[in-house]
Amino acid sequence: MTTIAFPEPDSAVLGRREAIIAGLARLLPADAVITSEDERRAFETDALTAYRRMPLAVVLPSTTEEVAAVLRFCHAEGVRVVPRGAGTSLSGGAIPQEDAVVLGVAKMNRVLDIDFVNRTARVQAGITNLAISQAVAHEGFFYAPDPSSQLACTIAGNIAMNSGGAHCLKYGVTTNNLLGVTMVLLDGTVVEIGGAHLDAPGYDLLGLVCGSEGQLGVITEATVRILRQAEGARPALMGFDSVETAGACVAAIIGAGIIPVALEFMDRPAIKVCEAFAHAGYPLDVEALLIVEVEGSEAEIEDALKRIVAIAERFSPKALRVSRSEAESAAIWKGRKSAFGAMGRIADYLCMDGTIPTGQLPYVLKRISEICNGYGLGVANIFHAGDGNLHPLVLYDINKPGELEKAEAAGADILKLCVEVGGCLTGEHGVGIEKRDLMRHQYSDIDLAQQMRIRGVFDPAWLLNPAKVFPLDGRVVQ
Amino acid sequence: MTLPKSATISEPVLTPESEEEAAALVAACAAASRPLAIRGGGTKAAVGRPVNAEATLSTRGLTGITLYEPAELVIAARAGTPLAEVERTLAERGQMLPFEPADARVLLGSEGEATVGGLAATNLSGPRRIMAGACRDAMIGVRFVNGRGEVVKSGGRVMKNVTGLDLVKLAAGAWGTLGLLTEVTFKVQPKAERSATLVIEGLDDVRGVEALNAALCSPFEITGAAHLPAGLGGERALTLLRIEGFSPSADYRVGELRHLLAPYGPAERIVDAGEARRLWQDVRDVRFLAEPQAHAVWRISTVPTAGPRVAAAIAAHADARFFYDWGGGLVWLAVPAEGDCCAEAIRKALAPHGGHTTLWRAPADIRAALQPFQPLAAPLMRLSEGIKRAVDPAGIFEPGRMYAGI
Ligand SMILES: Cc1cc2nc3c(=O)[nH]c(=O)nc-3n(C[C@H](O)[C@H](O)[C@@H](O)COP(=O)(O)OP(=O)(O)OC[C@H]3O[C@@H](n4cnc5c(N)ncnc54)[C@H](O)[C@@H]3O)c2cc1C
Ligand SMILES: Cc1cc2nc3c(=O)[nH]c(=O)nc-3n(C[C@H](O)[C@H](O)[C@H](O)COP(=O)(O)OP(=O)(O)OC[C@H]3O[C@@H](n4cnc5c(N)ncnc54)[C@H](O)[C@@H]3O)c2cc1C
Repeated sequence: MTTIAFPEPDSAVLGRREAIIAGLARLLPADAVITSEDERRAFETDALTAYRRMPLAVVLPSTTEEVAAVLRFCHAEGVRVVPRGAGTSLSGGAIPQEDAVVLGVAKMNRVLDIDFVNRTARVQAGITNLAISQAVAHEGFFYAPDPSSQLACTIAGNIAMNSGGAHCLKYGVTTNNLLGVTMVLLDGTVVEIGGAHLDAPGYDLLGLVCGSEGQLGVITEATVRILRQAEGARPALMGFDSVETAGACVAAIIGAGIIPVALEFMDRPAIKVCEAFAHAGYPLDVEALLIVEVEGSEAEIEDALKRIVAIAERFSPKALRVSRSEAESAAIWKGRKSAFGAMGRIADYLCMDGTIPTGQLPYVLKRISEICNGYGLGVANIFHAGDGNLHPLVLYDINKPGELEKAEAAGADILKLCVEVGGCLTGEHGVGIEKRDLMRHQYSDIDLAQQMRIRGVFDPAWLLNPAKVFPLDGRVVQ
Repeated sequence: MTLPKSATISEPVLTPESEEEAAALVAACAAASRPLAIRGGGTKAAVGRPVNAEATLSTRGLTGITLYEPAELVIAARAGTPLAEVERTLAERGQMLPFEPADARVLLGSEGEATVGGLAATNLSGPRRIMAGACRDAMIGVRFVNGRGEVVKSGGRVMKNVTGLDLVKLAAGAWGTLGLLTEVTFKVQPKAERSATLVIEGLDDVRGVEALNAALCSPFEITGAAHLPAGLGGERALTLLRIEGFSPSADYRVGELRHLLAPYGPAERIVDAGEARRLWQDVRDVRFLAEPQAHAVWRISTVPTAGPRVAAAIAAHADARFFYDWGGGLVWLAVPAEGDCCAEAIRKALAPHGGHTTLWRAPADIRAALQPFQPLAAPLMRLSEGIKRAVDPAGIFEPGRMYAGI
């Protein structure tokens, strides 16, 4: 038994399933409408795999016009729609419901235009994050936000979740790198928001759409900023015998006016698992490890690392190593980047995603460990230390009855803690279904009602991804 | 909560001393359908469509920095806090607002002191916007009073936050039409140890903008890229590039850039740091177009390489003076305040490239007759009207400041 509720499916819609499918089939090529149970199974969950719901049908349109036709039809028929990219959401944002059509944009994966001089790329929304960087790499450019899932996740999903990555301390998250979108409203209206220029006129609808989790419309195209790659990059590794000291070192680096391109933190359990997996040469006798990466020419990197090392030495590190080669850098990053995979080999886990004021790190880590101990569960912590985005991995065993529920309860306690210390429920994974019922811990009813009224402007009938983000009770619907 | 006496809302200027009092006043005004203008310092009061408000809601009583954590790169202040106070506080710890806000008084000839709320509500960003993002990118949290007289919060004090809809972005650049901001939280940035400015003289607009974009396409992280046609910054045209960072890095990048820009002519480093700082301040504040005050001024945002083409199209049939920031993507353009002040010509010139324009300065009768803000496509206008109603159902905040009806 898992604990997050789904709305009761609308039996009238379920009863009309055949007619609805026939209607969709009239709008799309045959291979774009998926109805068989076997094939639909691939869409019944996302990366929050503890939850599954078999959708009514799945459609995979190839053009904005097809998307508009599907939405117009679903609008007229009162059928719910769950937009989907690659289904890598960790918060259950793309999980369907039984009475909903999944609208997947994965077929729309082309680069439409690259303008290197003006540093923008126009893409279809189903393209993967990495494919954008690959398409511009031959000229030395890249698309900055780099979620660990970038090989699979789509720019549509990134926009809907306002995704970040290890390098967002310097480059910002999706919302800071997005210039325009084409979006289809539920009634089939196609809207162009923004463009290839900066700062669109009128209300900042682009900012509103970013992070709106598929509730305002279906994104079919996007214009993103592309940036010239740095000349080089190199990390340093430092280990400390307490979390407090590592935190103080981070504060001192930033206090000295240095903004590294990445500033990652791991606690002892995370270090152990990652080292066993990646053999990165991480020190095993430390309580906290920092990976600090800087960019630039060789000489600039040397200079920046020298400044960082001088600061770190004030905090008596137990280990301090500057990468001297590509291979060494790769090994250091392999450890960090494989953290989730490595952890998955030793245990099942829930990956949490709160953000905290960085100064609260020692207190928060102590409390997280107490919370998990209280449930008899283990925990490992990975932290984007520069921006306060904390990923506690709550470890459990799916085969032990009741453990998943305990892990969910521990996760909820951790997120409440993040809010208590001045942070928030989610830094980059989104609310989805996972944190939906915790929203009242961060927001008052007034705050939520204001958000819901604005949501209602785009989708008055609440047919778009309606099970997500807002608690199921107390919804404000016009 | 302080409930206003019925006499209170009939005053021409309402100056609440607290967020609760502000909320109560707004609720009373909403109940009485009494439209409100919002005034911070009033430095940008003359931008946009003239508002027919019965009363002004002043943020003068809502002041003070409420949070500053230098190690977390975050500062929060009540909306009426003078921007200067925020900048001074940050400077004491070697930090700054990343987006380089302009001093609007230079161009508008206005007085008063810009406030945090006015800054957020207008989403104005200076030359560093190309590298560090806009005002809205630095805004991570807001508190505001909506048209129901409710206090709403969105975002917070942490840099990464995707919890629910991002109303912070909506508040940015809404010119007060979506409520009274009571507190704003910004992400801040360390001030660079060294700032270096390179200048190439004598390029025409197209070549100048080409040079800027060549630099912007390099890995050297340009933080300012402006082109001043002849007669504005000096007798000859000036193409300006700014690099900021630690000293060895800035020196290295200057060297690389001079090499890279050689095809455009010699790029000289401005040795006098004060002179360079003043130049960028003048670009930021649009000082080159401040006089004559009687001329209308447009702010045009487009694709960088389209900047010179748009400007040339206007210059072909009006006495226009202009310069470029953001690598050519931001054109500031002054024309005599006659007829439609070239509104139609500018919008026509922009159409093939995409972009938008705002009438930033003009006499009130012209602003009332024209659309100072870029007209929106019908579906976007419908969404905007819907958002306005969802936040301010009685339509009391700055009615018509941006567009008729919102
Ligand atoms: C032609 C001209 C005529 C002028 N006439 C006068 C005059 O008659 N009297 C006078 O006093 N001054 C006048 N001024 C000067 C100028 O209007 C004032 O100095 C003034 O309004 C200062 O503030 P600000 O920069 O803080 O932002 P403001 O100019 O106060 O506000 C800019 C925008 O931000 C919005 N805003 C501000 N604060 C908030 C908030 N907390 N929440 C939400 N939105 C907010 C406002 O609604 C407005 O849309 C004039 C200027 C010019 C150029
Ligand atoms: C191993 C792993 C590592 C990860 N690492 C990171 C990380 O480092 N940083 C990070 O931020 N996230 C990370 N994630 C989370 C996830 O990858 C991101 O949230 C990603 O942006 C989701 O993209 P997607 O294409 O898979 O979208 P989906 O999971 O398919 O959908 C996500 C949300 O977007 C909506 N949506 C999808 N397409 C559209 C559309 N066309 N229009 C409107 N809404 C749409 C969906 O309805 C849903 O709400 C990770 C996930 C995994 C599994």
